Amino acid sequence: MTFDLRGFELDGGGEANGGTPAAGSQTETRDPASAALDVLAQSFGVATERGAPGSGNRQRTWLDTFDWRLNRAGLVLEYERTERGSRLLLSRDDLPLAEQPVTGWQPRRPRLAENLPAGPVRDQIFKLVSPRALLPVAWAASTVSTTRLLNADGKTVARLIVDRSTASRDGVSVQLPPRLAIAEVRGYPGQARRAARLLADAPGVSPAPQSTFLEALHALGRHPNDYSGGVIADITAQMPASVAVATLLLGLLDTLEQNVDGTLRDIDTEFLHDLRVAVRRTRSAIKLLGDVLPGGLAASYAAEFKWLGDLTTPTRDLDVHLLGYDAMAGQLVAASPADLEPFRVFLTRRRAREVRRLAAGLRSARFRAITDHWRKALVEVRDAGRPARRRGVTAADLAVATTDRMFRRVAAQGGAISAASAPDALHDLRKRCKELRYVLEFFAPLHDPVTYRKVIGDLKQLQDCLGAFQDSQVQQEEIHALADAMLAERAAPAATLLAMGEIAAVLALSQAGARADFAERFTRFAGPAGQQRFRALLDRFAQ
Amino acid sequence: MRIYATYNIKGGVGKTTAAVNLAHLSAADGYRTLLWDLDPQGAASFLFRIKPRVKGGGKALIRGTKALDDAIKGTDFENLDLLPADFTYRNMDLLLGDANKKPTRKLAQLLRPLAAEYDHVFLDCPPSISLVSENVMHAADVLLVPLIPTTLSVRTLDQLTEFVGDFTGRRPQIRAFFSMVDRRKRLHQDITAKLSAERSGVAATPIPALSLIERMSVERAPVTAFAPRSQAARAFRALWAELNSDDEKPAGTAAAGS
Repeated sequence: MTFDLRGFELDGGGEANGGTPAAGSQTETRDPASAALDVLAQSFGVATERGAPGSGNRQRTWLDTFDWRLNRAGLVLEYERTERGSRLLLSRDDLPLAEQPVTGWQPRRPRLAENLPAGPVRDQIFKLVSPRALLPVAWAASTVSTTRLLNADGKTVARLIVDRSTASRDGVSVQLPPRLAIAEVRGYPGQARRAARLLADAPGVSPAPQSTFLEALHALGRHPNDYSGGVIADITAQMPASVAVATLLLGLLDTLEQNVDGTLRDIDTEFLHDLRVAVRRTRSAIKLLGDVLPGGLAASYAAEFKWLGDLTTPTRDLDVHLLGYDAMAGQLVAASPADLEPFRVFLTRRRAREVRRLAAGLRSARFRAITDHWRKALVEVRDAGRPARRRGVTAADLAVATTDRMFRRVAAQGGAISAASAPDALHDLRKRCKELRYVLEFFAPLHDPVTYRKVIGDLKQLQDCLGAFQDSQVQQEEIHALADAMLAERAAPAATLLAMGEIAAVLALSQAGARADFAERFTRFAGPAGQQRFRALLDRFAQ
Repeated sequence: MRIYATYNIKGGVGKTTAAVNLAHLSAADGYRTLLWDLDPQGAASFLFRIKPRVKGGGKALIRGTKALDDAIKGTDFENLDLLPADFTYRNMDLLLGDANKKPTRKLAQLLRPLAAEYDHVFLDCPPSISLVSENVMHAADVLLVPLIPTTLSVRTLDQLTEFVGDFTGRRPQIRAFFSMVDRRKRLHQDITAKLSAERSGVAATPIPALSLIERMSVERAPVTAFAPRSQAARAFRALWAELNSDDEKPAGTAAAGS
């Protein structure tokens, strides 16, 4: 027997707070599903079925990460509680993919993927979700009733399922339109199709346009994918440059502020990561594009955003160590993972201290002043539509000039790097590449998407190589510094220090590997073919 | 997947009644259960209100032109499906005889693909000694043998035990139980008590002769479904509990004593 609750819905529902029925429906004394049942009763015997699978009351909580990773992958994860027990259900296009029973689950609490109980649902989503936490995105309380549809022998040949749900979130509840579905009984597909046809023609019944999950979300005023860590700026080519820059900086400020609560509650490491990226992008935008803003506005905030960036660095560095810890421990050859355990304990303890410092900074008057005043100033620029200091400069002009300048800089600096160059040359190039990447992303809506994707793809390869080179070096230095700190705190057994030394050696090898890859990746991005692609990207503006 | 087969050479001893009620109890316990009504009379199909008809008949199933899976019908009960009877099953002996290789193991081979879908399969067999019954014995993990408490019935059990004992390799476990027991009859009481105590393969729980069990054909449902608190339902539940607790025992050994 299968249940397909996509199907039909009845007119009605949408009553906020589960309050009084909509005008006109107060005189309605019959259950709205009764009319549909009457239609079916003309062709089938009908009998209420008590205790049918899926019937009764159920509480549903839909879960996703803050950045909608499941939804973006076309997946829906639901925690369901019924009289029969609790389970996690994973589906795609309303078709079940996996389910597993769970006990003691508190769906309102965020839960990291690594803390999910073992089972098929965890297996399917672990990599996709990690290292993010699952958060409740919508709730619904449902009452499901089942009516058996019988043939002339009194045999059940299909079932009518009626689902009455009320969605809720943050104290707001909305009654959803009742949903009807025909469930097929194995071996009787024709009868189920017949019942579905009759139901489709019944008065007040229409095909359900979307899943209960999406219906619940929309009823509660939410939309899937309403958060993205990417740059979202609604800018156009002919927009004054100052308005375009203010618009994209406001977008970055939105992202920054959206991540503050999750960072303060330390829900998962990616809130802080996204917050930091928003800060870095803001700083780059101030540096590279800030001139078009009036009255030295950008320059006056540069130091404030540097402070904010610095505030977040220690915690993030420790996060990086902890996130990569298991992989690091797995690479040990001479030492055993157990030898390294005091290092994890030390990292965790130190992180707790840094998180407190970070939280104090994010709760400070200075932080509030930055975000409040910055927003106010940017809104003024955006809404005034004030022309740029450089009269007549458009977003397109600014995009071409800045992107071209940054590309030339990357090409020149990268081209000067040889096998004998010092590591600092590669570190500096990494910074320039990051700036170029940000500038490309800021003006993404103005570019030809196909060429843009190719340019970004090659740049990303180069950045990954430079990132691996620098991160390996930074981590080696940090491991040395952390070893010193552990010694100072008498928290460093000899076996642990030896294991940390082995990790440092692995990182040094990884750094050497990245260095060896550099020439090829740089040539792919900034060699003749790469330069041609870049020209094609910018020439579009000249047309 | 554990395969139970209700079998007796004699008719009218309660094979179908047992298969229907035990399959229902298995499903109610949460086991994904299939009942295959192999009897061309289609009594089990009738009791579940399912037409005794398979498209293409027994020939299509045995020759594999129709997968067993496609012929299965859902019953009105959760976890319980039925593979209906078909009148052509009366010729199943001939169809099985046409099988090129191992004609006595054809049913076992046909059932194998269902292992992922079902935990328990019940085969309700027609009364006979034939190629069909031999197939059933090779396919089953447990042969459920209803016995009316008479001396002749006991001889039948002995013959069956001997027959299965001659199998080479895998042999089904034989679990007999007394059926249609009339407590007013002294002979029934004596034989039931004696054999249950003396023979290890005989279940302690007897199924009494009750008019409520006969009502199944009127209600067209297992007695365990329409009268779950009745004496009859209680007896089937006790029998099922006994049989199900055997599940941990290794299959393939003839458990009945000599």
